[in-house]
Amino acid sequence: MIAPNASRSVAAPPSQGNGAARLVRLMLPIIVLAAGIGVWELVVRLDDIQPYVLPAPSAIFATLIRDWGVLSQSLLTTLLTTFEGFVAAAIGGVALALLFNLSKWLEYSLFPYAVVLQVTPVIAIAPLLLIYLSQSTAVVVCAFIVAFFPVLSNTTLGLSSVDRNLAGLFQLYGASPLQTLFFLKLPAALPFVLGGLRIAGGLSLIGAVVAEIAAGSAGAGSGLAYRIAESGYRLNIPRMFAALLLLSVAGIVIYGLLALTSHLLLRRWHESAIGKEN
Amino acid sequence: MANSPASRGSGIEPAGLAVDLRDVVKAYDNGVVALGPINLAVRRGEFVSLLGPSGCGKSTALRLIAGLSNPTSGTVEVARPARTENGRHPIGFVFQEPTLMPWATVRENVRLPLKLAHVSLSESSERIDAALAQVGLSEFAASHPRELSGGMKMRVSLARALVTDPDILLMDEPFAALDEITRFRLNNDLLALWRSLYKTVIFVTHSVFESVYLSQRVLVMTSRPGRIATEIGVETAEPRGEEFRTSADYAGYCRKVSEALAPAYSGQSA
Repeated sequence: MIAPNASRSVAAPPSQGNGAARLVRLMLPIIVLAAGIGVWELVVRLDDIQPYVLPAPSAIFATLIRDWGVLSQSLLTTLLTTFEGFVAAAIGGVALALLFNLSKWLEYSLFPYAVVLQVTPVIAIAPLLLIYLSQSTAVVVCAFIVAFFPVLSNTTLGLSSVDRNLAGLFQLYGASPLQTLFFLKLPAALPFVLGGLRIAGGLSLIGAVVAEIAAGSAGAGSGLAYRIAESGYRLNIPRMFAALLLLSVAGIVIYGLLALTSHLLLRRWHESAIGKEN
Repeated sequence: MANSPASRGSGIEPAGLAVDLRDVVKAYDNGVVALGPINLAVRRGEFVSLLGPSGCGKSTALRLIAGLSNPTSGTVEVARPARTENGRHPIGFVFQEPTLMPWATVRENVRLPLKLAHVSLSESSERIDAALAQVGLSEFAASHPRELSGGMKMRVSLARALVTDPDILLMDEPFAALDEITRFRLNNDLLALWRSLYKTVIFVTHSVFESVYLSQRVLVMTSRPGRIATEIGVETAEPRGEEFRTSADYAGYCRKVSEALAPAYSGQSA
């Protein structure tokens, strides 16, 4: 079905050729997905593999619908944790970057510790946090720890990459520090901040999941990751896959929403957003 | 800094000078002298060019006059207007690049100096319109910088410098990045503005032709440390127009300035 289209596009005018090429590019991953699911289903049925070894995609889908009540509740819990961690990371990262920008000494004093927090695996920190914090707080803190560094480092980079001459112009016209911040530094840093947030969105989901797994083994919780752990103990493999599927979709939606926000905010002026439209 | 010999003041009213640099030296932190000592007096309403090889401290001189940096020694005096309220600012600065805020519209970019001086939007409006009209960009007020050509961006930059109604316009190789034809047009427009608005213009350039075409006085500078080597007055029938560019007068002045410039870069490796 694809081949004749592709061969015709060679002779077609460039715009049509581009359209066809774009369609192919959009279709390819979908075809790969469909083929993969098909092969999976086929292998499970032909070899008569038991669902507690490897469930067929149809069985996973059936579980997703049957257990929707439990799973959707867990999804909501995980999403809420992710959201809280993300908001805390966004506010904390930008605020700390602003402080660093105001005072070099503060940056020199604190930045190494931000790096330490970043490079220490969160899976190793989570059990400690669970000792000192309530479980609901601990998971949010984990999501925050993982997500806040990209916001901090990107915003720091953005704030310090302000056009030197523009900064000179603000100085010439006697701009106050606050005016320079709001009219120059923040708008100039916006593309960087948005890039950081895009990374942070996915990372806060990862942080939330990691903390839930750690907490789950301690015996409490109701997020999606906890469902995965719990289903694993009970050899309810189809439910494990169903929960995993929901996590993936959640991650994709979070990334998509942040990418869209970024595009809408930057499309009038920033090169990164303009390139896609033309 | 209190006991530093360098100072900055505004006590030059009677002489009719707009800018007065005396024995000004600018050295970097590592001791390398970038500029000076130079003496430079510019009368009100005068159009003066600073011409020299790159790295001769031309831009440094402009930054000193604008107050963006302080001299290591010597005095920099700039005439202050009697009234500075309502966002009126004594100095307008045009950089080599348009230096516009890419996230803001042309109108917002031109408004910037007034906004920083807390001039209300209603009061700014008329002045922004006037500045945009002066540079012929009224129709593009709502555009973003990326939608404009290089020459148009430079005009926005000029409008932003004019919106505060400055007495002194400092221009740092503003048209260097433009093609020759666009540059000729902007040269003519700048001359027209200068005549009608009676500004003092200090224009930094590395183009012999541009300096002769535009200015009443060309100051040729030597490189590192930058000093004023020669001063050449350009006297011709005013107002100048395209016919000046093809006249024998023009060619003669260009030759004179070129000859003066030769020693400034002869010993220098490019």
